[in-house]
Amino acid sequence: MSRVWKCGDNVDTDLLAPGAYMKGPIEDLAAHCLEAIDLDFAKQVRPGDVIVAGRNFGIGSSREQAAEVLVRLGVKAVIAKSFGGIFYRNAFNLGLLALVADAETEVEAGHELELDPASGTITNMSTGAQIAAEPVPEHLRRIVAAGGLVPYLEQRLEKRS
Amino acid sequence: MGMTLAEKIIARAAGQDTVRAGEIVTCRVDLAMIHDSGGPRRVKPVLERLGVKVWDNRKVVVISDHYVPAVDQQSAAILKLTREWVKDQEIESFYDQQGICHVVLPERGHLKPGMFVVGGDSHSPTGGAFGCYMFGVGATDMAGVLVTGETWIRVPETIRIDWTGSLPHGSSAKDMMLKLCATLGMDGGDYQAVEYTGGTIAGLSMTERMTMSNMAAELGAQAGLIAADDTTTDYIRAAGADPEEGTVLKGDDDAAYRVVHRFDASALGPQVAAPDSPANSGPVEEADETAIDQCYIGACTGAKLEDLRMAAEVLGGRKVASSTRLLIAPASTRVTAAAAADGTLAKLTEAGAILMPSGCGACAGYGAGVLAEGETCMASTARNFKGRMGARSSKVWLGSPYTVAATAVTGRVADPRPFLAENGR
Ligand code: SF4
Repeated sequence: MSRVWKCGDNVDTDLLAPGAYMKGPIEDLAAHCLEAIDLDFAKQVRPGDVIVAGRNFGIGSSREQAAEVLVRLGVKAVIAKSFGGIFYRNAFNLGLLALVADAETEVEAGHELELDPASGTITNMSTGAQIAAEPVPEHLRRIVAAGGLVPYLEQRLEKRS
Repeated sequence: MGMTLAEKIIARAAGQDTVRAGEIVTCRVDLAMIHDSGGPRRVKPVLERLGVKVWDNRKVVVISDHYVPAVDQQSAAILKLTREWVKDQEIESFYDQQGICHVVLPERGHLKPGMFVVGGDSHSPTGGAFGCYMFGVGATDMAGVLVTGETWIRVPETIRIDWTGSLPHGSSAKDMMLKLCATLGMDGGDYQAVEYTGGTIAGLSMTERMTMSNMAAELGAQAGLIAADDTTTDYIRAAGADPEEGTVLKGDDDAAYRVVHRFDASALGPQVAAPDSPANSGPVEEADETAIDQCYIGACTGAKLEDLRMAAEVLGGRKVASSTRLLIAPASTRVTAAAAADGTLAKLTEAGAILMPSGCGACAGYGAGVLAEGETCMASTARNFKGRMGARSSKVWLGSPYTVAATAVTGRVADPRPFLAENGR
């Protein structure tokens, strides 16, 4: 089960992975994730937590560190009303689940959720509410199931040889 | 029913006669472009793990532009790694500190109409100005392309944006884009394809068209297309390449568009975006005359030759106000050379502009020219997210090169038209 963090609309890649720390190691970058809007996020987020956002999560740069820092911090999924298109691809490539759903009004920070990407169902275990998400296309589920694009390609290359 | 330009290019790359919006297809990639930040340092470990080299060393272009020139040991190491990887992979096209990737790629003749191109950078839609389907991906996605020569795509719907009327003097493609950001919002493109059409677009130069396609990224579109015409093929020939190697495609008259937005360029004055989003745009005369600490003419969006000429038109014979500073980083070394040859650079430096190396530099907050806490900047760049150009509390305004130059003269957010009118007298 996953504990919820909420962060509103238009969370851009500069907020997720601030340019000033892009040269350094990913752990340092992760420590500054979202600090411009929430100084405590990187310190207090726990493995398995989920982010619930509004429109345009991950807009901006193609830097996949924006998704990678979330994976580093243990975030399991991002649920948003809409995503920046590049971020959406990056998330799956790195094994981070991205669900398109209008969940903001149905969940509060700290609530616990259960997610079923294939059917597109989110269950709020704290209130019992069910929220409909867009089902995740099969080829993306295959990539996430493999743990990301690289392990997925590894499997494909092995099959070929 | 006919196909849109986007559908035609994607169908070709997918090896199919037709594709339809919404369908997921696998495409052969004609060209992959990567830079020093998202490129070798991120894809090398993946290729090593998989034990393979790039699928085709003639179809990969590497451009070092983000961390150039090196300002510390970390950036120097990134640039060194990039050079070594290029050698190791026997990449034929490598541009080391020659300028910003989105400008260098067409400048050196790599883009031809009809190509399906993947770029490791979010402003990759710039390539759409050449009638290519070009879009940006992250590093792992790119590693997948480099290994297989293929990538998947969900065939986009096309949002047509039709511009008619000719731009008044003092307005530019940048103002058209800020207007679109304000009107359609940063998700107006909904990760679909935007296609710009109409008489205004047909009349724009290639560099102005590049600004249009570039900022399709700010509309949240996957691609920002402009069908190729004589202006396109002339540019490609001048870049020393053969446009015949590509295929000039056009959308069918009966193709299905999600929506057609119509705009009138003849009524468009200079626009500025207030911090922290390009969507916070409006006419410059309605903006607060905020004091500006730094003016920046740079980036793939706003430092091509034509952009520098716009700035020179305002700055020629004037001085940068003592309360501010003007940094200019031409988009490429070729732009610098051309601006030196035609006298543009002299006008800028005589006005007191500080000339910087070509590269991303301050635009991404990676290099020289970043902002201190609390500082404000007026920039010709594409995006002004919170803290993008430096310290967390710094603020960025966006404007055309005309507007940035006028702001440099007054030290406050300023309308360039009075200066241009004075010149005309
Ligand atoms: S100049 Fe700015 S917007 Fe353009 S590629 Fe570089 S960092 Fe990105």
